[in-house]
Amino acid sequence: MANLTPELAALQEEIEGYAREYGLDFFETIFEVLDWKQINEVAAYGGFPNRYRHWRFGMEYEHLSKSYEYGLSKIYEMVINNDPCYAYLLHSNHFVDQKLVMAHVYGHCDFFKNNYFFSHTNRKMMDEMANHKTRVQRYIDRYGIERVEDFLDACISIDTLIDYHAPAITRNRPREILVNEHGDEIVPTVQKLPTSQPYMDKYVNPPEFIAAEQEKLRQEMVHGHKHPQNPERDVMGFLLEYAPLEGWERDILDIVREEAYYFAPQAQTKIMNEGWASYWHSKIMTTRALRDNELIDYADHHSGTMAMGPQKLNPYKIGIELFRDIEDRWNKGRFGKEYTECTNMVEKAKWDRELGLGRKKIYEVRKLYNDVMFIDEYLTPEFCKEQKLFVYSYNLTNEQYEVADRAFAKIKQQLLQQLTNFGHPVISVVDANFSNRGELLLEHQFEGVEIQMDRAREVLRQVYRIWKRPVNIQTVLSGTSKILSFDGTEHKEFRP
Amino acid sequence: MILKIEQDLSRFKEIVRGRIKKDLQKFITKTELIGKKGKDLVSIPIPQIEIPRFIFGDNQKNGVGQGEGEAGEGVGQEGGAGAKAGDAEGQHMMEVELSFEELAQILGETLELPKIQPKGENELSTERPKYTGIGMAGPESLRHFKRTYRQALRRQIASGTYDPKNPIIIPVREDRRYRMWKQQPKQECKAVIIYMMDVSGSMGNEQKEIVRLEAFWIDTWLRSQYSSIEMRYIIHDAVAREVDRETFFHTRESGGTIISSAYKMCVQMIHEKYNPADWNIYPFHFSDGDNWSANDTEECLTLLKNEILPASNVFCYGQVESEYGSGQFLKDLNEKLKDDEQLITSRIPNKDAIPSSIKDFLGKGK
Repeated sequence: MANLTPELAALQEEIEGYAREYGLDFFETIFEVLDWKQINEVAAYGGFPNRYRHWRFGMEYEHLSKSYEYGLSKIYEMVINNDPCYAYLLHSNHFVDQKLVMAHVYGHCDFFKNNYFFSHTNRKMMDEMANHKTRVQRYIDRYGIERVEDFLDACISIDTLIDYHAPAITRNRPREILVNEHGDEIVPTVQKLPTSQPYMDKYVNPPEFIAAEQEKLRQEMVHGHKHPQNPERDVMGFLLEYAPLEGWERDILDIVREEAYYFAPQAQTKIMNEGWASYWHSKIMTTRALRDNELIDYADHHSGTMAMGPQKLNPYKIGIELFRDIEDRWNKGRFGKEYTECTNMVEKAKWDRELGLGRKKIYEVRKLYNDVMFIDEYLTPEFCKEQKLFVYSYNLTNEQYEVADRAFAKIKQQLLQQLTNFGHPVISVVDANFSNRGELLLEHQFEGVEIQMDRAREVLRQVYRIWKRPVNIQTVLSGTSKILSFDGTEHKEFRP
Repeated sequence: MILKIEQDLSRFKEIVRGRIKKDLQKFITKTELIGKKGKDLVSIPIPQIEIPRFIFGDNQKNGVGQGEGEAGEGVGQEGGAGAKAGDAEGQHMMEVELSFEELAQILGETLELPKIQPKGENELSTERPKYTGIGMAGPESLRHFKRTYRQALRRQIASGTYDPKNPIIIPVREDRRYRMWKQQPKQECKAVIIYMMDVSGSMGNEQKEIVRLEAFWIDTWLRSQYSSIEMRYIIHDAVAREVDRETFFHTRESGGTIISSAYKMCVQMIHEKYNPADWNIYPFHFSDGDNWSANDTEECLTLLKNEILPASNVFCYGQVESEYGSGQFLKDLNEKLKDDEQLITSRIPNKDAIPSSIKDFLGKGK
């Protein structure tokens, strides 16, 4: 498949050699050169040349092409988490850009292969996506584009409502047992169905029936009539299991859910992933690959990628600087009890135990952490000060965004808040038989920020298409608990 | 090569167009668009084109940034400009950027307007410069700042005169880089629209509003058909005068009405600048149809028959209804000049009639 020119093929070999020399560990990597239309297409599809048909990809493509045409943005490269790893290069890149991009790509490939949060992803996703495309196309042929598209819209509307930690944890709770005061298990008595003749009893009330009824009663004694028993974060999974769906609908919901889980780790590790790749392109370029006459072009490109604006948090920049900071600290031994408790600032400033553990440490971090953990553990006051970070907020009186605070605690809190659940509200299914009428009740775990009402109403409308019974969401509006409801024709709002 | 994404792209455009078409009547009668004229793109709000998801509301306006500045200092206006929330129940608007060309296309599709056949073979070919590359020589006004500095930096590093501690870069003559251009031929068809409007006392604000809207949409359509278009504006009460666009839409005079004054001026314009052999000429006249005297109407008809109609692709007369006007002029025109194919008349009783009136005027494809 690879369509590299001889120069680029030689370049790939060279860069790959440097990457291995530094100990990066990656799947086989296949580079392809695309023109800007093709690369925009692939980018619109989220990196995959084959995705199911949906208008939002067209919208994304339109957006990307427009910003490219107006010179606002340009995609230099894309990498796909797959085995083999696919990476795309933009045809019009300069040779030095291709060099940089290849070095960057090997960083990503290493991260995909080794970071723990990617360990559950499907490494044959390229094929899987193509299968999804075929399946969706089959449904379109059979049921028509309108119906399939409508249902896809509904599924995509809730594709953020998944349990991001589910792939790593088994959520099936153990069977709970009720005991009486003697410590014996309580076995509920089942009301048998009446029979006119005693010999009919074993036909009318077979043992399997009695056992099933007994289990049901036991569940009710433990939990009441609640279903699900515990709030379910994987709303998509819950609907997949319990919503009254036709076969093709179930399959489409399954497809959208599977893809959502596949993409989740990339959102979970944005800062680390880009930081890691940037760290390595910088290392490889400046120590090995760069030729003298390419220096200025490289510096120009690199600084463009790393630029941060007053209102733009650049994951590349934060990531690379944090990795460098960690490396430096572990090289010099600036960690642990002794260092943190040192009060002599002069001594602290020139602290260097010459441990040389930096490289080993950053490899460990790239293996075990995600963004939330990364920021939580390695963001230091010194780092915030050095990088001139601040929290900004909107000032209503001046009608402008203003620097609000430079305190470390505030910056860290703000960053973590933005990263937790990717800045989405936390929503779970709490009751599938709300009001005892088979209605669905979702709950927004309120943490001080309200959800946007008009969108929430629209999402309810979409969930109704899946659940096919009235749907509700409990949230907090202006300090009071509220339930928003959609019953198929109109929206309502009431107090629980 | 055809891309796979084309299918999704056309589906997306279909959806957008469907939404716009559904609301086209509303757009046509909206005035905000007119203000945006002159730029290439208009943003059109359409409901429900992005996929709704549960998101946080407006009270989350904090973030982390990087840079200098004390607490309380502004951090500039970039970013933070999210989609505006709609106010109506379950409605959130998304702004879709649309070029005037696309807008005209949608208008054309909805009203089933035929493509205009430009008159004559007199296509003029002009040359337009296009920047295509970078060169070593050129006028200072075309100097490429960044390329020049990059070249200077390169030279200074190579020659060892660059000091990272005091990074001053001084380009010399040889470092300068200039934008280069090529002349590219461009086919052009010339067209002129001459708008005439009655601003006499009987034309109220509402009537002017109708004229304004109609003129805007006609303009949009004709622009999509011709690569370059000229516009002239004439207002008249008892006397006619040429004005600029701004005045045309805002003046309110209060004299009597002598329509021939405008027609005379129109004829004069055509004689002076627009040779009918080279130009596609579109005179539009809007009035409430209340002329001063029958004599003047007679004179108008003569002017139309002998001068204006033969020179024009079409002559369009739109009559707005007003409380005071008798509407006699429209009847006169239709009676006396009913055999003339160049004449199109249309009655515009209210805003809602604008689309059908546009169809009257442009539906013939001339």
